[in-house]
Amino acid sequence: MKTKLRVKKDFLISISAILLGLLAGAGLMAVTGNSPLEGFIYLFRGGTMNIERIGNTLATATPLIFTGLSVAFAFKTGLFNIGAAGQMLIGGLCATAIGLTFDWPKAILLTVIAVASLIGGALWAALPGLLKARYNVHEVVATIMMNWIAYWAIYYIIPQHFKGPFLETESQRIPEAASLKVPWLTDLFSGSFINLGFFLAIVFVVIIAFVLEKTTMGYELKAVGYNRDAAEAAGISVNRNIILSMAIAGALAGLGGATFYIGFASNMQIGVLPAQGFDGIAVALLGANAPWGVFTAAIFFGLLHNGKGFMSAMTAIPPEIADTIIATIIYFAATSVLIERNWDKLKKINLENILRRKKRGKLAVKAGGER
Amino acid sequence: MKYIVEMENIRKSFPGVVACDEINFQVRKGEIHALLGENGAGKSTLMNVLFGLYQQDRGEIYLRGEKVNITNPNIANDLGIGMVHQHFKLVHNFTVTENIILGIEPVKALMVDTRSASSRIREISERYGLNVDPEAKIEDVSVGMQQRVEILKMLYRDAEILIFDEPTAVLTPQEVTELMKIMRGLIEEGKSIILITHKLKEIMAIADRCTVIRWGKVVGTVNVSDTNEEKLAEMMVGRKVLFDINKKEANPRGEVLRIESLSVLGSAGTHGLKNFSLRVKGGEIVGLAGVDGNGQAELVEAIIGLRRTDSGKIYLHGTDVTRLTTRQRINSGMAHIPDDRHKHGLILDYTVLENLILKNYYLEPYSRRGLINWDYVYTHAEQVIKDFDVRSGQGAEASARSLSGGNQQKAIVGREIDGNPDLLLAVQPTRGLDVGAIEYIHRRLLEQRDQGKAVFLISLELDEILDLSDRIAVIYNGELVGVVNAAETNENEIGLMMAGGRRGAVA
Ligand SMILES: Nc1ncnc2c1ncn2[C@@H]1O[C@H](COP(=O)(O)OP(=O)(O)O)[C@@H](O)[C@H]1O
Ligand SMILES: [Mg+2]
Repeated sequence: MKTKLRVKKDFLISISAILLGLLAGAGLMAVTGNSPLEGFIYLFRGGTMNIERIGNTLATATPLIFTGLSVAFAFKTGLFNIGAAGQMLIGGLCATAIGLTFDWPKAILLTVIAVASLIGGALWAALPGLLKARYNVHEVVATIMMNWIAYWAIYYIIPQHFKGPFLETESQRIPEAASLKVPWLTDLFSGSFINLGFFLAIVFVVIIAFVLEKTTMGYELKAVGYNRDAAEAAGISVNRNIILSMAIAGALAGLGGATFYIGFASNMQIGVLPAQGFDGIAVALLGANAPWGVFTAAIFFGLLHNGKGFMSAMTAIPPEIADTIIATIIYFAATSVLIERNWDKLKKINLENILRRKKRGKLAVKAGGER
Repeated sequence: MKYIVEMENIRKSFPGVVACDEINFQVRKGEIHALLGENGAGKSTLMNVLFGLYQQDRGEIYLRGEKVNITNPNIANDLGIGMVHQHFKLVHNFTVTENIILGIEPVKALMVDTRSASSRIREISERYGLNVDPEAKIEDVSVGMQQRVEILKMLYRDAEILIFDEPTAVLTPQEVTELMKIMRGLIEEGKSIILITHKLKEIMAIADRCTVIRWGKVVGTVNVSDTNEEKLAEMMVGRKVLFDINKKEANPRGEVLRIESLSVLGSAGTHGLKNFSLRVKGGEIVGLAGVDGNGQAELVEAIIGLRRTDSGKIYLHGTDVTRLTTRQRINSGMAHIPDDRHKHGLILDYTVLENLILKNYYLEPYSRRGLINWDYVYTHAEQVIKDFDVRSGQGAEASARSLSGGNQQKAIVGREIDGNPDLLLAVQPTRGLDVGAIEYIHRRLLEQRDQGKAVFLISLELDEILDLSDRIAVIYNGELVGVVNAAETNENEIGLMMAGGRRGAVA
């Protein structure tokens, strides 16, 4: 029951962060002489108004789901993966390279691409994991370095081997067969960017939730994250779990990169570290590191990103307000400790009583089902 | 003026706990007043309020009949209150004199005048028989001596009310006797002493009156001459306590653990282990006595495989396990109750049931092909919880963090014994527990012994070692001083050995 209580509390904290962020946004809109109500209406309609825009919201959310999961997963093992951007680049590079090189049927090609970008991202993140495990190099430093190595590697490789017909700064467009966009889906959402990546994202949310809750691997990884010393004293190999956790986090970000570069976009540009890599941190934070929380947070961020253009087109509110709202939400989610403390003071007694009463009603709870 | 210190209705809370709840506490001039209570009862907090380290939420303090407002320790100093903390506050690479005058350095011609300070320190030291060398560096002197430096620090500042927070926890029995002598001397010179402790013997030996605190509340104040250990224990715990351990004859059989000339490097500041050898047989409890920091931690870590050994070997059932991983050692029958249950024993953010599978989650039937069988784990946890009397609000689903210390420890003991080990390494298994939980865990350890298991008990509590062990090994400075039969020794002899005296040297 404790887990439930915790989930409920995390949820309320995230909601509070969002509300406070929206409140700050409303304040800014009002200060700049606009109607907050109108602003919000357009902001949300921009992401939900019609089936195409809904599709775009989900498409924008797709890489965020992956990077959010990546950061959250590493965090469960007590690691801060700030290198999702670099891992995305490597995943994207694998996808682009294979997509541009091989002329296979779509199903095979996409499968190979998915596997390759997963492995690419995994290896890219496993290296910082190894450095941490072996030499105690802090993973934040190592993953940031890996970001820049990926950045410059792309800078070199794309123009050298995969450059497009006109521009030096981007790769060729990937062929139809290598794209995650499929006609039936595009048509279903009246021409939106939505692509198979979204479904892949859902599959991975389910897989990660399963791994964390039901497997010995997830149990071990979390044990190491919560208390390294106790895990070690119990015979769990901390080093192995650090490398494994980073590899899985990297695999997720690598897949996110694939969905971004051959799904949302259709080629790779050089000289850009994808912002989704860093937004993943915010998504994980807002989603309280829980797989479905990450999923929801990513869609919410997709909504804001998509709505802001419409809002600024329809009103005099600058699109930066939406960015400010996002930033404020991140700020409040990050300082959730404060919210939590006050929340505890206010609600603790109440909530626990309610839950306890509920619990007595039920029979001995099955451990498996309730976690 | 009847009381030199009066604390009235003192309340002090921390987030989530009321450490002191409407406490009334009075000290007479010239008495030794003991403050008794279990760990976490609020003794240190109350004294930290008196010393100005914490501010009370409510309540008044009177000194010599006058109301005072002690907002920081400097004011306490000025009012003649001194305190020796549970953990000493000394600068290690300073001399005794430098430490004592720290913050109130006498200045002569813009220079710190250590000369006159040091002669005054010498004089005080002689007057109270403290035997402290003002020029010695702190890092070179023993723990007992450091404590006397702390006492000097108070006396140098002309303190009249001296607070000792668990002063005997770090001392050998001989040093305890020594300290008591010093305390009596202080009383003769007109000082008043507040002695915090949870050791009943010490109170009976030295205190005039005793105030008992339980859960932040005063249970009562009694004259020591009108009471006895049993009554005090009952006040402290809130129920009758059994003192006698019902111990059967030991029935030792084959050797289970053998440590051969083991040497281990120490972490900075502590001794490593030097050429240490010891055997533990099935069916016996071997106790390892020693003052904290003499190599116990290194020994334990080496045995369970968390620390690299320099040379020497560790055998379990005759098999060399020196190079095995911790998990392999666990699988060969080693169990470990760690001294720091929060750091090494439990994952506080996991539930009780998750903690109970910490060492075997990957084995059938707890899991199969990488999937945890939560249904089985749950039923199994319920059984352990029942067998080991682990009490929590929400049973197996309670987070480990929400359990009391005693129940956390019972969960660990349950987990370790449930694994049916051949060797049980119990390190400070009752640290910080209430008398009831101590009693329970002691019974369990003896039960393991009687079932033929080898129990290696490493503890800083000499009483615990003497009560439970069949044989007692003593460690000093990383070396084995000697091994004696528990039936043929006493506190005095072990105490001397703990200070490094070889057995032969004991008359
Ligand atoms: N600085 C602090 N912050 C929060 N809680 C504290 C603090 N100091 C003590 N406590 C809590 O107050 C209670 C009493 O502690 P303490 O006075 O140290 O007990 P004692 O000295 O009797 O063992 C305990 O529950 C302890 O956890
Ligand atoms: Mg204390």
